[in-house]
Amino acid sequence: MRKLKVISPLVAGLLAAAIAAPVQAAGWEYKDIADALHSIMEADRTVYTKLIVNRLQNQEKVIKASEHWKDEKALVLPAQMFRYGAEHVAEKGAKFSYSLLSLWPVNKQNNAKTAAEKAGLEAVLKGDPYYTTETLGGKKYFTAVYPDKAVAKACISCHNDHKDSPRKDFKMGDVMGGVVVRLPMN
Amino acid sequence: MKRLAKYRPWLLWLGASGLLVAWLAYAVQTPGQQASFMPGKVTHAHHQIELQCMACHAEPFKGSAGIQESCLSCHAKELKAMDDSHPISKFTDPRNADTLEKLDARQCVSCHAEHKTEITRPMGVTLPDDFCVRCHSDIEKERPSHKGMAFATCATGGCHNFHDNRALYEDFLIRHGQGEKLAAEPRLPERHLRDFMVYMEYLDGAPITASDMDGRVELKPVPKVVQDWEHTAHAKAGVNCSSCHQVRNESGELAWIKQPDHSACTSCHKEEVDGFLGGMHGMRLKQGLTPMQPGMAEKPMKASAAHAKLTCMSCHGAHRFDTRKAAIEACLDCHDDSHTRAYKASPHFNLWHEEINGRGAKGSGVSCATCHLPRVEFITPEDETRVLVQHNQNDNLRPNEKMVRSVCLNCHGLQFSLDALADGKLVAGNFKGMPAKQIESIRMALEAEKRGEARKASGTEEEAE
Repeated sequence: MRKLKVISPLVAGLLAAAIAAPVQAAGWEYKDIADALHSIMEADRTVYTKLIVNRLQNQEKVIKASEHWKDEKALVLPAQMFRYGAEHVAEKGAKFSYSLLSLWPVNKQNNAKTAAEKAGLEAVLKGDPYYTTETLGGKKYFTAVYPDKAVAKACISCHNDHKDSPRKDFKMGDVMGGVVVRLPMN
Repeated sequence: MKRLAKYRPWLLWLGASGLLVAWLAYAVQTPGQQASFMPGKVTHAHHQIELQCMACHAEPFKGSAGIQESCLSCHAKELKAMDDSHPISKFTDPRNADTLEKLDARQCVSCHAEHKTEITRPMGVTLPDDFCVRCHSDIEKERPSHKGMAFATCATGGCHNFHDNRALYEDFLIRHGQGEKLAAEPRLPERHLRDFMVYMEYLDGAPITASDMDGRVELKPVPKVVQDWEHTAHAKAGVNCSSCHQVRNESGELAWIKQPDHSACTSCHKEEVDGFLGGMHGMRLKQGLTPMQPGMAEKPMKASAAHAKLTCMSCHGAHRFDTRKAAIEACLDCHDDSHTRAYKASPHFNLWHEEINGRGAKGSGVSCATCHLPRVEFITPEDETRVLVQHNQNDNLRPNEKMVRSVCLNCHGLQFSLDALADGKLVAGNFKGMPAKQIESIRMALEAEKRGEARKASGTEEEAE
């Protein structure tokens, strides 16, 4: 009993020290963090595209999705949904950033811009992620690019029919672009 | 004594420094004295509060981030509402690091620097005219129709704005580009505030009369006041004396006050008051300064109104709250520029004249307020929509295409509206006559649409032209 009395403050002290010390994700590498973040992005993106847009627009024909959703009282496009999420994350001051890019973007701002993006978007056409590091504005980043595939008819019909789309022969399952996730290093 | 004399220069220096520090400390904190620290005049937008240094320099140790916070504390809401085409979040992404080197659009002051009169251009822009080119020099690749256009023409009336393109985006131009001129039944939207207050269960909305008045003992209203109130929407919606004249004091008790200020109006008209405080009429009150007086204005005002003090009551008049007077006469009492002076000879006034004389349909007249204090659809804090009067008369003023959606399109077609707003002479003459030339943006958008359709039909990837 007495022993316990001595030990318990010690244990409590150690516990407190453990709580106060910054918790490290031991064994987690940049790639694992990027993969984890992307798995959430991909899941949400697929669910929105299939359960909301494709179901309500294509299957049940209840409401359309439109780039000008506010004016046309329509659903937000899946690509916009993704971008608004990324902007929200940026506004919250998160350490990482992400974007949806393509070699054939409807909005030219979403074209590959950096060398890593260009190499990444080409590489993911085979279906596997691409990892690299790059220096932007004097800072070093771990950059991961993940293939973004046509998961619903809504994806391909919208891109194939859009007047500003540079490519009009997308098929279901095609890699239409890539999700770029950037983590600052150091 | 001799020893002291040795230190005399030092003592003098110490004394002088002490005095200087004392004066600086006093001057920095004394509104009237702060002018001596101002490095240059501020823009038209902020001149009313230019000596309220802390309005912008609230966080002196935060540097540019502190200034940015101050900008957003007043302007964030409107930027969000206008679907800002260049939001800050577009520039913070590391992939745009190279863009930031060309133009650091994360900071408002990169383009809108204050205290720089010599380089300040319309809309408070302090950058040279070619700022679009810094990032969009290759626009002709995407839009062949833009080949050869001069850099100064991007923001020509009716084409592009940096922030607000709600009436200028391509699909909007296409949708409205089918040659409409005047709406079949041009009308001003109805407000229905009473219905909204009843719907939200804030008021039961049952009308009351003089016999129901609750402030007779405390306020001793003269018969004229009773009569005025009885004829207002207030009495008709059951708004009693206490609704405005009884406020909570510092200890949280209800107390009667003789002259309520704008804060009393907020219980039912919060959005309207917010608008008033955000614009040229109320921005001094928002900063805790004395009310704006026409004599302080940079725009031409009538000398007779120089000392009037701008509060809710200056335009609405306590107890009567005559919105017709507030919509025209209240404006004409002070404003004295060519656009205002030309109003009573304009086709717009003619429509107003017809309406108030019973010859025109309800909502067919066009007052000053129709355009400058427009009735707009608004999402309330309760997440409901209601039509209310935007009391920030600067909200749709610059660039003037901002007025297209909230005002012009209620009656006119898009092409006519863009043409009219781009014609400075026509604006100054209060739209008496027809626009001098046609703005090209709709034609170009329709052509781009046709090219897109043709490409779609042929199934090729090639760009036309």
